[in-house]
Amino acid sequence: MASILPAGTTAPDFTLRVTPDQNLSLSELKGKPVILAFYPADWSPVCGDQLALYNEVLPEFRKYNAELMGISVDGVWCHEAYVEARRLHFPLLADFNPKGAVAKSYGAYRESDGVCERALFVLDDKGVIFWSYASPIAVNPGADGILDALEKMKEGDGSHVDTQSSSHAA
Amino acid sequence: MSTLKAPLTPRDHVLGPLTAPVTMVEYGDYECPHCAAAHPIVNLVLEHFGNNIRFVFRHFPLSQIHPHAEAAAESAEFCGSSGRFWEMHDGIYENQDQLGLPLLLTLVSALGLSEAAVREALVNGTYLPKVKSDFIGGVRSGVNGTPTFFINGRRHDGSFAFSDLVHSVKENMQIRMPV
Repeated sequence: MASILPAGTTAPDFTLRVTPDQNLSLSELKGKPVILAFYPADWSPVCGDQLALYNEVLPEFRKYNAELMGISVDGVWCHEAYVEARRLHFPLLADFNPKGAVAKSYGAYRESDGVCERALFVLDDKGVIFWSYASPIAVNPGADGILDALEKMKEGDGSHVDTQSSSHAA
Repeated sequence: MSTLKAPLTPRDHVLGPLTAPVTMVEYGDYECPHCAAAHPIVNLVLEHFGNNIRFVFRHFPLSQIHPHAEAAAESAEFCGSSGRFWEMHDGIYENQDQLGLPLLLTLVSALGLSEAAVREALVNGTYLPKVKSDFIGGVRSGVNGTPTFFINGRRHDGSFAFSDLVHSVKENMQIRMPV
């Protein structure tokens, strides 16, 4: 498993396609917490469950004013079809060209398979990683870690939680 | 190890005696095909352990991909307010292929409860807070899909095959029995 960027690191900025004719830059989201969910592929069953779950948990994320972004190496048209089919209410970003470049900058690219790892990052309102977590690729990491991080961040002790590896999960 | 963060409350639907050494909590979605497949297996597990197991069902509807799941959960809660939760619960899973408002109304009438009252409860979202609170408790406990089981508070990460569930329950009873 790749070594993902740990808590305390400034999140690398990026600009990615979010729809066929729109880009989104991470820097545009400064001032609010951001959740980045890297996942291997649209349509694959585990991701489906993971993104379907986050779709339902969105109102909770929004209580913390947090923005959720899904990121995979799928192209914009694929994302568009997937968002529509699953009625997703958050954006999916296409880390498509050059393939996986953003995932690589977060240490969340799986070279052997050419896909993103299943990795989560919670960024604070200044764009610094507050919490990160890499899940085994076939395991849906759930949303509890994200909510715990958002809650701790809101309590505002200012200290970064930690970066967890999969050994913590199971 | 994910653990159940939402303790049992009087609002929970519980089968089996308080004294049972094992409590199994299921987070389920009435429109989820896996949950429907697990339903008869859960019943076999409960039968197998008799008074040694207590069972709690909580709602975890993925309403964006399962458009009837939330109404089904609210209808079950409606029946629960008249002490008929489990009959409705069984009725929904056993007829999941027909799930929709007509089925929910038919089941409610078959239990001798008022169709008009359940319609009103659905329109007003009377039982939605209970359903949402189940859901959020599940999310905070690490439920990542349905069905998810917690056995004595620890998430069961095996399958819902009879043998896997029985094995997990037995481990919690700390009794060595031949599988």
